[in-house]
Amino acid sequence: MSEQGKTEAPPAPEPIKETPPRGPAQWLPTVVDTIAAVVLALLVGALLIIFSTEDVIDSLKYFFSYPWDFFKYAGTAVWDAYRSLVDGAVGSGTALRRTLERSAPLICAGLGVSLAFRAGLFNIGAQGQMLLGALAGGYVGFHYDLPPGIHLAAALLAALVAGGLWGGIAGLLKAKTGAHEVIVTIMLNHVAGFVILYFLAKESFQRPNSDNLLSPPVADSATFPSVGGLHLGVLLAIVAAGIVWWLLERSTLGFEMRAVGANPEAARTAGMSVAKVYVAGMMIAGMLAALAVTMNVLGRQDSVTDNIAGQVGFEAITVALLGRATPLGTVLAGLLFGALSSGGLAMQSGAGVPPEMAQVLQALIVLFVAAPALIRGITRMRGGDASGTVMAKGWGG
Amino acid sequence: MSALVEAPPTQDVPQVRDRADVARQIRLVVVFGLALVLLLWMTLDIKDPNVTYLLTEKRSKDSPPKPLDGTWVSWITVAISAVALVLAAVNRYPRRWLGGILSLVVGLSFYAGFLMWAYADQEGFAASIANPLPGTVRIAAPIVLGALAGCLCERAGVINIAIEGQFLMGAFFASVAASLAYSAEMGLVGGIVAGVLMASLLGVFALRYQMNQVVLGVVLVALATGLTTFLAGQIPTDPAVKQYFNDPPILKPISIPGLADIPVIGPALFQQNLLIYVMYGSVVLVTFLLFQTRWGLRVRSVGEHPKAADTVGINVNRVRWQAVLLGGVFAGLGGALYTVGSTGAFDRDASAGTGFIALAAVIMGRWHPVGATFAGVFFGFMWNLQNQLSFAGKLPTELLGAAPYLATIVAVAGFVGRVRPPAADGEPYVKG
Amino acid sequence: MKLEIRGLTKRFGSFTANDGIDLAIEPGEIHCLLGENGAGKSTLMNMLYGLLDPTEGEILVDGEPVTFASPSDAIAAGIGMVHQHFMLVPVFTVAENVMLGREQTRGAGVLNRKAAADRVRELSQEHGLRVEPDRLVEDLPVGVQQRVEILKALANDAKVLILDEPTAVLTPQEIDELMRIMRDLKARGTSIIFITHKLREVKAVGDRISVIRRGKVVGTASPDASEAELAEMMVGRSVQLRVDKPQAEVGEAVLSVEGMTVVDPRGHQVVKDVSFEAHAGEVLGIAGVQGNGQTELIKALMGLVKPDAGTVRLDGRDITKQGPRKSLAAGIGYIPEDRSHDGYVGTFSVRENLVLDLYRNAEFSRGGALALEAIARNATHRIDEFDIRTESAETPVSALSGGNQQKVVVAREFSRPLKVLIASQPTRGVDVGSIEFIHKRIVAERDQGTAVIIVSTELDEIYALSDRIAVMYDGRIAGVVGPDIPREEIGLLMAGAGPGVAAPAGEEATHE
Repeated sequence: MSEQGKTEAPPAPEPIKETPPRGPAQWLPTVVDTIAAVVLALLVGALLIIFSTEDVIDSLKYFFSYPWDFFKYAGTAVWDAYRSLVDGAVGSGTALRRTLERSAPLICAGLGVSLAFRAGLFNIGAQGQMLLGALAGGYVGFHYDLPPGIHLAAALLAALVAGGLWGGIAGLLKAKTGAHEVIVTIMLNHVAGFVILYFLAKESFQRPNSDNLLSPPVADSATFPSVGGLHLGVLLAIVAAGIVWWLLERSTLGFEMRAVGANPEAARTAGMSVAKVYVAGMMIAGMLAALAVTMNVLGRQDSVTDNIAGQVGFEAITVALLGRATPLGTVLAGLLFGALSSGGLAMQSGAGVPPEMAQVLQALIVLFVAAPALIRGITRMRGGDASGTVMAKGWGG
Repeated sequence: MSALVEAPPTQDVPQVRDRADVARQIRLVVVFGLALVLLLWMTLDIKDPNVTYLLTEKRSKDSPPKPLDGTWVSWITVAISAVALVLAAVNRYPRRWLGGILSLVVGLSFYAGFLMWAYADQEGFAASIANPLPGTVRIAAPIVLGALAGCLCERAGVINIAIEGQFLMGAFFASVAASLAYSAEMGLVGGIVAGVLMASLLGVFALRYQMNQVVLGVVLVALATGLTTFLAGQIPTDPAVKQYFNDPPILKPISIPGLADIPVIGPALFQQNLLIYVMYGSVVLVTFLLFQTRWGLRVRSVGEHPKAADTVGINVNRVRWQAVLLGGVFAGLGGALYTVGSTGAFDRDASAGTGFIALAAVIMGRWHPVGATFAGVFFGFMWNLQNQLSFAGKLPTELLGAAPYLATIVAVAGFVGRVRPPAADGEPYVKG
Repeated sequence: MKLEIRGLTKRFGSFTANDGIDLAIEPGEIHCLLGENGAGKSTLMNMLYGLLDPTEGEILVDGEPVTFASPSDAIAAGIGMVHQHFMLVPVFTVAENVMLGREQTRGAGVLNRKAAADRVRELSQEHGLRVEPDRLVEDLPVGVQQRVEILKALANDAKVLILDEPTAVLTPQEIDELMRIMRDLKARGTSIIFITHKLREVKAVGDRISVIRRGKVVGTASPDASEAELAEMMVGRSVQLRVDKPQAEVGEAVLSVEGMTVVDPRGHQVVKDVSFEAHAGEVLGIAGVQGNGQTELIKALMGLVKPDAGTVRLDGRDITKQGPRKSLAAGIGYIPEDRSHDGYVGTFSVRENLVLDLYRNAEFSRGGALALEAIARNATHRIDEFDIRTESAETPVSALSGGNQQKVVVAREFSRPLKVLIASQPTRGVDVGSIEFIHKRIVAERDQGTAVIIVSTELDEIYALSDRIAVMYDGRIAGVVGPDIPREEIGLLMAGAGPGVAAPAGEEATHE
């Protein structure tokens, strides 16, 4: 799988192949693509909404006598749904706050997936890493009694350590035995699901007088302070994006990660430790996933449940893909998906459209973004795609 | 992998021992050592060795539990693993098929010893050791079908992570089709159509638009999850309406005369529904197609070296399309097993991530349909074991639940290790 | 069959790879296409074989214009091709490879492997190309793989056979054998297009020679033209065929290898008990046909592969187990044999690739942070010093030409003080200008007292640079000889015949 060179065909003569343009010229088409993809996805979504609304279906029965009814009902259904989507995402202070609170974990976990991706690792394991982070962070949060600030820091640290170690398992196994990280992280997600069930069933994790799988509430001293109802953990997502950017673009470790991600053989020949990069990459990814879950455990909610991670770990993958595995892209994609998810809730209450609609829209957006971009020229998006190529080629090790 | 590299008679080849060989020996010693220690501990831990067992899966009037004194079983299993350990320690452990058989024997004996321990010392209502085969086959069947889809795609050089998505769509549309037509068999058609539909999405984006295939697979799974949940949610729960959309008839078990009467394995393997027999046939069919036919040769050539195939006039993308679509048929059928093949109505967790297990089975089986089948059966066995042991209550349910996944990690990390995928797996083919 | 090309042009974006090429290949002639790396020979042949669509121009077979939409059209028209990178599926058997695309079946699409094997035996007997149909291709030496490629073309009844750089992987004796086969085919009426950049071979076997430079046919020549003339046509200026180098001032042994044995993952011993020393101020050339253990030997020296026995010492210190990072830091420079595989990171910029193994130095990083300015300064400096033709330091290396890619690797390895330089195939796929440049730098490095080890499958390169030549065959060093040894004798060593057998009557030597 490594010898791209062997199948690489036409001679590489002197000055062919345009160099990828830098600066705004590179960004503009990407932005246009993404907007086009969002519009296209919304169109497909509209069709789904139309054909699953009872009024509309009923009106089809007499379509030929009163065609206008069909269009009226269809229009209403789509308008209602999308209006509540937008309202629910950015329409009010509450909506905005909810969007930000939903975006922040997506951004953090998405950064974890992005970073691993750049190091040539396909991290499907954000979900499991989040669960372990929630357990450790939550436990420190509700079990110990520490001064404010220190308590929060300790809980955060515990979460990061647990998430990092859990993530590191996959990296270590890949480095030492060649076990494919996609399989290992998927399996570890399932295992983590059982780990959290096991602990939540224990007395020390059980909230008194509750029959649910619910931990005691996290102490106030370990929760994020909030301003105007918005907890400040959200800011950590931006800080994390900055750190990941610095790590990837400015640090020696990031240099090694990108080199291993793009060409592990060349990296090894240049004296880099591929094993170290795999372990470090997965550990940092796990820490970022754990940071994501603290937004819930120490922020929005205040306790550990078996559903604490929701679908964030999986949505993080699509966020990272949409963000082309760059920190800035991941932040933007995370905001978009956060808005969709927040609006999706409103769509359910306002227009009776199931919240899964948001998930369908997310998948469609990524699909539409990735495909035309690849048609138009692989050169333009070297960064993201390059690691992608490695990924796509890599099954073995 | 040969052990000691043999020196040709005329030349003085240095005598060194292959590292792979050393690693193998270490691995065997560790595994058998652990097995021996565990078995010994379990044997000594048993206070009341009397257990009961069934030759069938469930207890019934025709098959009452029979008593068994576990002592001798336990000690035999200890002896077997001790022998294996000694063989491994002196590096005389057999290779090739003999080694395979011996490993199987050790594995089975570990299983037996473990069962004796797990079912011993029960208080009150005692669960019985039951026949593991029917459950194993039931759980393994969709995984095997999904893995066949994976083999076909990946042998042709297209990575298919979206098996889970194909399962979900197959399960949902099998249920819908069967409900609408009021025929379980029509459900199979619905499953196939949905599986092929997903496969064509995979084909369009992977082959036509050359999208990164791992990315594509993840996205397709997300799409299928969202879509099936969305659509299933749109079906009213009112039974009067639901029966037309998502309340399908279920495939009936069919007994194969003669074969079904074989004790123990007969009812397990040959008293199953149509889809299970289709699964048996599919394994043979896919193996034959891939390795004995012109089409299979071409599929493998485009997965290994597409340019070489191109230079002899094979249309690379056409062959890949064919393989991907055919894979869709099997994956769709696998999905159908989750509705019309088992419980009936579709619900959002119908396949519960087994599509990813099928993917793991493809890799564990080294991209060979038969290997993938064994991997699928291994997983089905572990899962079934977990189901059965939960009645015995000796181990925490969470540990049992995690066991199949842990076992897969151990298998992938410890025994499969670095595997060689088809050389061009995941690489879009661009002419020139 | 007569094959004509008129005004054939191929453009990739703004770059013109082939520019209005006219050629006529007469029935039963060996037509040589001479041109250096990157001149556009392969592009031309890929168009002839239906792998690329021409931008302009036409192809005529027996006077009739034809279009080849795919290789199957070209095959149907009687064109066969032996590609430079073999188009063989490694995990298939010889028979499966030969049958692929036109499989013998028992009806209903079921393969008839026996018929396929019989056909291979028949063909191989007819043309004197010995192969075993049931062997896996990946288990065969490259020379035999090439025979399989030729058989594949013959099985399709090729009337025109294109051989793209076929001699790169062969011993001198095997090259003679190939030329015999070519003449034999010619006698049966097959035309051959022989693509190469080696002047000697063109002169030995060609009937007519067309020279290609920068995508254009710059002239035709007859085989009696002198090598200097041909070289000048090919490169466009007079070329110095020999590297100027002063007498070596050989010093102490710097790198010594003892009893090195490597077993590959499939359990084969690929390096067998190899011992040698590399001295300061001398170039040790390691010659041999590709696949005789050179790759693994070098990887083991660098610590990229764990040797199963033996030691490597640098200045007397055991470095066998220390791994590439420490070896690089200790002053070993390493130019890997396949630059795109492990020499550079294609998506990285020139700037980043120039510090790919130097970023840890205090000069380029501090406390885990890259010193971007120093890295940029280094890039400007090296691009200038090594005359790397690139748009900017930010250009990804994959967008450069082969010669400039190699210069990036060479520049990086030469940008720190070296005790030992290990260069594998330092000029493979590189244009003549870059070859001259790289050779000069290597000799200059030697003159500074560095111990240089050159691994090359090109005998010309070995002769041009080496002060001492070690020949590898089947994992061991078959002999160490001086730089004045005749080609035939080296050829014998490369084919596994010991020095004792090395007599002028080379033809007697037995082949594998």
